[in-house]
Formats: sequence, C-alpha cells, structure tokens
Amino acid sequence: MLCCLKAALAAVIAIATLTDAALAQTKPQEIKIGITTFLSGPASVFGVPAKAAAEMIAEDLNKKGGIGGVPVKLSFIDEGAGGEALVSNYRRMVQDEKVDATFASISSGSCNQLVPVAEDLKVMNFMWDCGAASILETKKYRYNFRTQANGTPEMLAVLVYLLKTKPDFKTIAVVNQDYAWGRESWEIFSTALKAMKPDVQVVAELFPKFGAPDYSTEVSRLLALRPDVVLTTSWGGDLDTLVRQAGQRGLLQQSTFVLGIGESSIQRLGKDLPEGLIVGARGDHWFLHPEKKNDPAFKAFAEAFKAKTGAWPIYPVYHMAQAFTALQTVYDKAIKANGGNWPTREQVVDATSGTEFATGFGRPITLRPEDNQGLEAQLVGVTKSFPGYDFKLLDNMMIFDPKVITNPAGVRSVEWLKTLKPEFVKMDVPTFKQ
Amino acid sequence: MNSTLAILAVLDGISYAALVFLVSVGLSLIFGVLRVVNVAHGSLYAFGAYLAATFSLVIAQVSPWLTYPALLVASIVIGVVCGGFIERFLLRPLYGRDDVLQLLITFAAFMIMDNLQRLIWGVQPIFAAEPLKLLPNISVFGVNYTSYQVILLPGVAVATLFGLRYFLRKTLAGAVILAVTEDREASTAIGIDAQRVYSITFIIGASLAALGGALASPTTSLVPGMGADMIVLSFAVAATAGLGQIEGTALTALMIGLTRAFVIYLQPEFEVLVPYLLMVLVLLVRPFGLFGAVQVRKI
Repeated sequence: MLCCLKAALAAVIAIATLTDAALAQTKPQEIKIGITTFLSGPASVFGVPAKAAAEMIAEDLNKKGGIGGVPVKLSFIDEGAGGEALVSNYRRMVQDEKVDATFASISSGSCNQLVPVAEDLKVMNFMWDCGAASILETKKYRYNFRTQANGTPEMLAVLVYLLKTKPDFKTIAVVNQDYAWGRESWEIFSTALKAMKPDVQVVAELFPKFGAPDYSTEVSRLLALRPDVVLTTSWGGDLDTLVRQAGQRGLLQQSTFVLGIGESSIQRLGKDLPEGLIVGARGDHWFLHPEKKNDPAFKAFAEAFKAKTGAWPIYPVYHMAQAFTALQTVYDKAIKANGGNWPTREQVVDATSGTEFATGFGRPITLRPEDNQGLEAQLVGVTKSFPGYDFKLLDNMMIFDPKVITNPAGVRSVEWLKTLKPEFVKMDVPTFKQ
Repeated sequence: MNSTLAILAVLDGISYAALVFLVSVGLSLIFGVLRVVNVAHGSLYAFGAYLAATFSLVIAQVSPWLTYPALLVASIVIGVVCGGFIERFLLRPLYGRDDVLQLLITFAAFMIMDNLQRLIWGVQPIFAAEPLKLLPNISVFGVNYTSYQVILLPGVAVATLFGLRYFLRKTLAGAVILAVTEDREASTAIGIDAQRVYSITFIIGASLAALGGALASPTTSLVPGMGADMIVLSFAVAATAGLGQIEGTALTALMIGLTRAFVIYLQPEFEVLVPYLLMVLVLLVRPFGLFGAVQVRKI
C-alpha cells in the first residue's frame, strides 16, 4: 500500500514538474500590454502623442518578429476617467484581458492608485511617465518599476543649469499649476535652491488654478515685482497661455524665464517663444539630441513620428519608447537566463531588477535594484532661433549624469536636497551647441 | 499694498470680470426665462472659442482686422446651430416635466459636445492671438497691459449689459420675453408663441456663451476640458447673483474679479477659492443670491 502511495506521489510530482516545464517552454501567441494614458482632458496633450508612439513602436516591433519571436498586442485605458473608474478598468484589463505587463501611468495620482493594485495582482508594471518621487521612496515593490527619472533629478538639473548660467540672480518668483506636480516640483526646486544659494529671495509663490484661462493678474504682479528669475513647471495649454500672456506684456523680456518641463511646448509656441528661456525636458529628450541626432535610427523614428502626427516627438513619446525597450530587454534577459526557454512571469520580474536598457533615443537608463527607480540623464538648454525652423530650438544644452543628480536609494528626496552644498553646482557637465 | 498696486489690481479685476460676465450672463438669461440650468453652457463657450479661433486663423491670411467680425460670426453660428439644436431637440420635449430631466439632458449634451470638440479640433492646444496683437499695449505705472484686455473686453461687456437691458425693457421682442417669463399661460392665451420665445432666448443665451469663448480665444490656449471649468465658474457667478439676474450677474462678476485680483496681490494661495467662497458666504445669508428673491420677476 505504502509502495503504491509512494509511486502515486512520485507520479504527481513528475507530472507537475513536467507541466511547469512545458508551460515555461511554451511561447504564448502574443504578449499583451495594457497601457494607461490620457486620451481626454488637458493631459491628453501628452497622452495622445504617447499612444501614437506606442502604436508605432508596437507595429515596428511586430514587423521585426516581436519580443523573443512573440508579437505584442496593446490595449489602452483612458486615465482621464480617473478615480475608481481607472482602478476598475485596470483590474479588468489585468484579470479579464490577462495582460502580461502594464505601463501605468502619466499622472502621479494615477500611479499612486495603480501601483498597489499592480502589486496586489502580481502583474509587472512600468511607471512610464509619472514623476512623483515619493512613490518608490516610501515602499519597496516587487512588480513596479519606473522606466524614467522622477521629479527630483528633473528639477535639480534645471536648477543647476540656472545656477551655472545665471549665477548672480537675487530674486525668484514661481508660477505653477495648483495641483500635486506644481506644488511638489516647487518644493524640490526651492529646497535645493535654499541649500545651494541661500541668499536668493523668493518674492512670489503663485499657484493659479489648474487649467486657468487667464494669467493677467499674475503677470501684472510679476511685472510690478520685477524678479530676476521666474520659474514655472506648468505644461500643456496652461504653459502656452502663461508664456503668451507674459510675452505680450513684456514679462519674458524683463525676467529670466525657466520652463521646467517646457520641451513639450516649444513647437506649439512657435515664434511666441523668445530666445534666452531655460527649458527642461524631463529626461534627455530632444528631437535633435546632440549625441543622437545623426544616428539613422533616431532620425528615422523622429521623421516617422512627424509624418504620422504632424509634430516632432516630445518627451512622453520618448518615455513610451523607454517602457517598450525596457520590456523587450527584460524579456530577452529572462529568456537567456532560462536557457532560451520562454520565461514565466515571475522570471521576467526577476530579470527586470537592475536592468540597463537603451532606446537609442537618449543615454542608457538603469533600473536601480534597491528601489526600482530609473536613472535617466537630464537635458536642459536655452531657446534660440535657427534657420529652417518656425519655432525655437535648444542651444547650449547640458546633459546631466543621473547618478549625480538623483537622490541615493533609501534617502527621501527632500532630505537629500537639504544636504546639498553650493559646491554641488560646480559639477562637470558637458555642454552641446545645437 | 500701495495705491499703485491697488490701481493695477483694479485693472486686472475689471478685465477678468468682463470675461466672466460675458460667459455667465447667458446662463442667467436662460434660467431666468426657461427655468433651465443649462450644463451644456460650458460646451457652448468652448465651441465658440474653437470656432472663433478657426475662423481667425483662416481670415487673418486675408486681413488681420477681419478677425474681429470673425469672432462675432463664430458666436452667432454656434448660438444658432448648437443652441437651436439643443433647445429644439433636447429641451423642448422636456418642458413642464421634472427639472432633473432638464439637468440630465443638458449634462448629456455637455458630455457629447466635449467629445465632439476633441474629434473636430483634436487635443493639442490651439491659440489664435491675432485680434489681441492688433491692438497696442498701454503702460500703467510702468506695467504693460494689452488694450484688448483692459479696454475692448470691458467695453464689450458693458455694451452687452446695456444692450440686453435695452432689448428687454425697451423693445417689443423684449417685452414679449418678459411676458412669457412672468406668466407663460397668460401670454399664450393672448397669442404669444411661448415656444418661439423659448427658442429665441436659448439661442441668445447660447450665443452669449459662445461670444465669451470667442472673445477669450485670442488671450488663452484652447484645450480639452476648458468648457467644464467655465460652467463651474459661471454657475458660481449666476448663483451668487441670483439666477436670472442680469444686472446682478454684472455686479457679481465685478465683485469676483476685483476680489480675485486683490487676493492674488495679497494672499495668492486663496485665489482658487475666491468665487466659491463668495458664493457660499452670500448663499448662507441670502439663499436666493445677492439680487434674487422668491416669487419675483427674474429679468
């Protein structure tokens, strides 16, 4: 009897092992990717180009045989729905559509909501665009990774550029949108500014309503206050309106304007954007990237995107490309680690930590193993006219090393920024002409 | 705050108030006559802005000065086409039925128009500043203002206010509208076509919303969602004034504009709260608004 039981147990174990092995070795028909992006509301200025990029990249990837020989299939959720609707749709996508990985999201609010859900559902999620540093600083996740930088290096790079190029300014004012990013980006910027140049006086902190149609009063106040520098990390229509209203009334000429994430507005603002504004790019994103602009693949992508959408790629497009490249890299890595066999989901997640990947559209990015935070270079430049373009280009571009300007793993951003010294500005940063 | 800054704040406040009045007065007029809180009002504002920008961008190639009539034409087109459609096909079947149904149907219209707007004009911000650039800047204590915002917009707002007053109180058509507002059944009994009065009033109200959008279009970026923001603000203004009160709407818009401007100069963190804080304070003391009253004629 005992002998029979032993034999049955051995058979069960053997079948289970074989089944696992068989499953591990069976390539799926497709790799399903669920993407959350803004398809409605003001942030669709980022979400819609990013969706177009995702479709373009997936099509190209599938033409080349997909990932590990398996084509990818995309499904999208509109982040504009927000709140519970977004969470419900995300759950449906993971549980009913059984996606293999998700790219979520643009908004930090969405990321805050979906990261715990992804962790709960054990699905690999790439935070492909959201910038709130705190998400990965407060908890260590297994299934969530950020395939780009966060707000801390993005703002710090802009500040260091300002301090390197305009070291003598005495007063500063801020005009940011009144929501999480507007407040958090100013906290990062002002904390670092206080640490590195404590003599600067903040003369106005203005946080107009998100989506405000009119900045006349803010512009009047700034014209009266005459700050040396005006910072804004606004984006989309809000930034366009502020820049145009400020330009119309001479404020852009009176103060040095710093557009923290202005790269995405340059093409739209056209001739209304004067020369001499400092512009950040949320990464080393620029369709004429000084280290990549002569690379055929880089040029081909930019031109194909322009042909498809009518505009040159902006940073969310490159962020989307980063998520795809990261996915492809970790699958390749996991397949290799699995002896050439198709990996399980858990094996793919295991392979993701610490991965370095390169889109070819900027410098390589590393997913820091301690906290899954992406270490991404930052490009900052100043606007200048060039023949052949009906909008300003970036000149005197500096590309910052992410290892220098990102807070160490395990240290909260604001705490780290407080420890910076004036000497921090003296770091060596390569400068590129357009 | 010194007197120089106070004068600057007054100019900013008047400029903002003008725009707020132009958008809110249509909402108030429609409620006064039809007793409908038109949630689609924000969409009419957005459509007016987008169509005006489209016309302006095209007509500016011919002559930049033609952009001014283009703003007016766009407002009328939106008022007649969209306003006429909403009144005829969505609201008319619901007159005399539960008010909630009117609220729901105009909300549905708002959602549909919001999507239509994205289908027609896309999601990238649109800017058509030609009318703004044509007029020179003026300098007040060394601070530049655009004459479009501190002269033209307030001028149009004042003209609209007095134009509406004259129309309603001195013309036959206005008297007919007032009669229907006062007592629909009695007016119908003496031969007034109340249905037609409702249509015309709704079209005027819709055109005013579109005019607000059209006049705002040279100063601001047109983006998805702009209508939603404006309906909230214009409802706050109309409710503070007392729904249906045209002169009250003008005074409330001025009050909100000036308070907001001074708050930005003195305590900018409260800027976003101003219209709603004023609304709550007023409604706590006067539940029917500053100028509203129970059982009184609304216009």
